[in-house]
Amino acid sequence: MALAAEPMSADVVIRMEGVQKWYDQFQVLKDIDLEVRKGERIVICGPSGSGKSTLIRCINQLERHQKGRIVVNGVELGPKHRQLDTVRREVGMVFQSFNLFPHLTVLENCMLAPLKVRGVSKAEAKATAMTYLERVRIPEQADKYPGQLSGGQQQRVAIARSLCMNPLVMLFDEPTSALDPEMVKEVLDTMIGLAEDGMTMLCVTHEMGFAKSVAHRVIFMDRGEIVEQNTPDEFFTDPKSERTRSFLGQILSH
Amino acid sequence: MIRAFGYNEFLFLLSAVQWTLALSVIAFLGGATVGLFVALGRTCDVKPLRWLATGYIQIFQGTPLLMQLFLVFFGATVLGIDMSPWVAAALGLTLNTSAFLGEIWRGCIQSVPKGQWEAASALGLRYPGLMRYVVLPQAVKVAVPPTVGYLVQVIKGTSLAAIIGFVELTRAGQIVNNATFQPFLVFGVVAAMYFVLCWPLSLLSARLEARYAAPTR
Repeated sequence: MALAAEPMSADVVIRMEGVQKWYDQFQVLKDIDLEVRKGERIVICGPSGSGKSTLIRCINQLERHQKGRIVVNGVELGPKHRQLDTVRREVGMVFQSFNLFPHLTVLENCMLAPLKVRGVSKAEAKATAMTYLERVRIPEQADKYPGQLSGGQQQRVAIARSLCMNPLVMLFDEPTSALDPEMVKEVLDTMIGLAEDGMTMLCVTHEMGFAKSVAHRVIFMDRGEIVEQNTPDEFFTDPKSERTRSFLGQILSH
Repeated sequence: MIRAFGYNEFLFLLSAVQWTLALSVIAFLGGATVGLFVALGRTCDVKPLRWLATGYIQIFQGTPLLMQLFLVFFGATVLGIDMSPWVAAALGLTLNTSAFLGEIWRGCIQSVPKGQWEAASALGLRYPGLMRYVVLPQAVKVAVPPTVGYLVQVIKGTSLAAIIGFVELTRAGQIVNNATFQPFLVFGVVAAMYFVLCWPLSLLSARLEARYAAPTR
């Protein structure tokens, strides 16, 4: 609880205090304390079922927590989550399975939320969409449907779609896990580009190379708890907990 | 005096088809409108609404359409409302159709993958926008073939309105039969007319199903 005692700093974007969540009897998140500052890049790793996806899904309340506080950009999402709309507008999310809207073109996918949520003009939404499609290097696919694109291209569109809302934070939920190996790099490169531009990022990923080169902080979760958080250097060379060591042993040995 | 079944009788039956069609169209449009809300109620997060929609569907699926028509027609009389067979038939069929379409469409809405709801929510879309721009357009694709198929049931269901005295195709058949006493011929012609209305819809439904079965992703 050391973090919770600190004064609220102005550049804290996400603060989680004592967050707990259960699926019936099973506790998926146990007393999570986490603070994310503006511009910070955090990689969350851990074995499957450790609660890492649930943790980031609580930040935009795709999953509800039952206890504790989550404050995003000064807006509190209590268990009653009344300020949900405000928070979702500021938090972008990229999913493992892309979740592009198959009945809309790439361009329409990118324009939908700015038009209907932010209420910008069609011309502005289109200009923004094209800017970000260029940034993820697929402006030429704008008029195609998601089904016509490769997995890597779809995931880059999904990143562009989130960026069109001009979010304060980006959440990545295993963005490369559903991709064929040859497409992982193009998505990671896009994410690295975002990092270089100073985007605040929380990534659940098993890409340890990405964690080493991009993350400011690596968080290891196991059985619903944050077991260890550290700089990538120390995390990979000198892990403190036994559980971290055995996890790293398993994923880095092959 | 007994008449023979001739050209005039045939024309009389044919003209009654328009009332069968009119009743079908009203039942379908009314049923679709109410049915959309039933389907939305069935799939929403608010428990009381979900129970209400579920109960509504159970009641109309669990009782015969004829009883529903009786209850509307005679119920109106009990309540002191002078309801014509026309209105009673339209109302009864609308309620019945809405329950069945509501249940069909519930399945279509739920067939849209959860990830679509999550992605739309994560982008900040609230329920109305999420439904209108993301979920329903995808659900409609799935819904078209079974909905067209169900239209056949609606058309055939209108024949029960004959019993509360609404003159549509079946009632016209009864009237002609009372004058000609040729039940096999008369009702054979009536059945053939229903078949001509329904068969193309069945074919269309099958064709649409084949078309939409092609994967989009």
